[in-house]
Amino acid sequence: MKNNNAKTLKRALRDTLPILAGYLVLGVGFGFMLAKAGFETYWALIMSCTMYAGSMQYVGVGLLANAVSVGYAIMMTLLVNIRHVFYGVSLIDKYRDTGWRRFYMIFALTDETYSLVSTTELPEGVDKKNYYFFVSLFDQLYWICGCCLGCFLGNFFDSFNSAGIEYAMTALFVCIFADQWVTSGRKLITKRHISAIVGIASTLLSLVVCNMLGNEYFLIPSMILILVSLILLRPVLDRREGDDNAE
Amino acid sequence: MPNNVTASYTLLLIGVIALVTLLLRAMPFILFRSGKTPEMVTYLGKVMPPAVIGMLVIYCFKDISFTVYPYGLPELIAAMAVVVLHIFRRNTLLSIGVGTVLYMVLIQLVF
Repeated sequence: MKNNNAKTLKRALRDTLPILAGYLVLGVGFGFMLAKAGFETYWALIMSCTMYAGSMQYVGVGLLANAVSVGYAIMMTLLVNIRHVFYGVSLIDKYRDTGWRRFYMIFALTDETYSLVSTTELPEGVDKKNYYFFVSLFDQLYWICGCCLGCFLGNFFDSFNSAGIEYAMTALFVCIFADQWVTSGRKLITKRHISAIVGIASTLLSLVVCNMLGNEYFLIPSMILILVSLILLRPVLDRREGDDNAE
Repeated sequence: MPNNVTASYTLLLIGVIALVTLLLRAMPFILFRSGKTPEMVTYLGKVMPPAVIGMLVIYCFKDISFTVYPYGLPELIAAMAVVVLHIFRRNTLLSIGVGTVLYMVLIQLVF
């Protein structure tokens, strides 16, 4: 049992290394922005412990600095984070019967943690429930370190021009996208590619349409479009299932 | 703290954002708590991740204006760099670090 735990811990550490990298850069970027807005480092600690949501914390800097209304803050959170509803759907079975760990794991379900736990295949001897828990926990620890470090540095080096540092978030998603695209198997077009194209096309379409209508909340129509497209494509995508077992 | 805000109101906003985020994350687990997960939900859960990442990529580029100088060039050049670097080196830290620094240099010094 003890041996098992050590193996699980090691594996979780190894798998989260890319997220350590991404979260340090992203967290530092966020911390810098928060410092520029005039907040002390402990605010970065509070936010990364309680909100723990990358893009929402970036958006949150503006909300906090302008002391927006509670209603507006709720609206913005719904719009930016509604995609998280998607994530749980893929993990209901994986997270089943994980006991007390479940509460923390659901709280800590970020884009990056999701991208890891939803795709990783675990070998024999690794305790899945502990693995998911460790991944969730390590990721948040990395994130807290990055956020606090960035805010501290931002308050310390006042003159540093950090314009553009928020691009770390874009770079991270582009990176995950490229990674998924090239590791999707030997076949020219796999169901992962189809799904990725559905995501890109649906979002582009609703972005363009919403722009024309002067509506800035394009994520909701985009998500509806993705859901409908994937449901309609089920005869194609579900049949291919047997081909790439690796998922 | 900025001059125009109070600590208690900031804490309230943080609490509200945290709570809404938690509720969104917990929603599917609450909805499909008991018994078997519907087949369609299981299917969607399997095929959705790549689509969601695609959506997030576009989401990050939402504020680019292609009709106004610099036509989104800094964003696109940096994204190209991330993709190329990542395909050849497969090192996330390197790809994100170089992409971000390149973008900062582009918007601060070049464009």
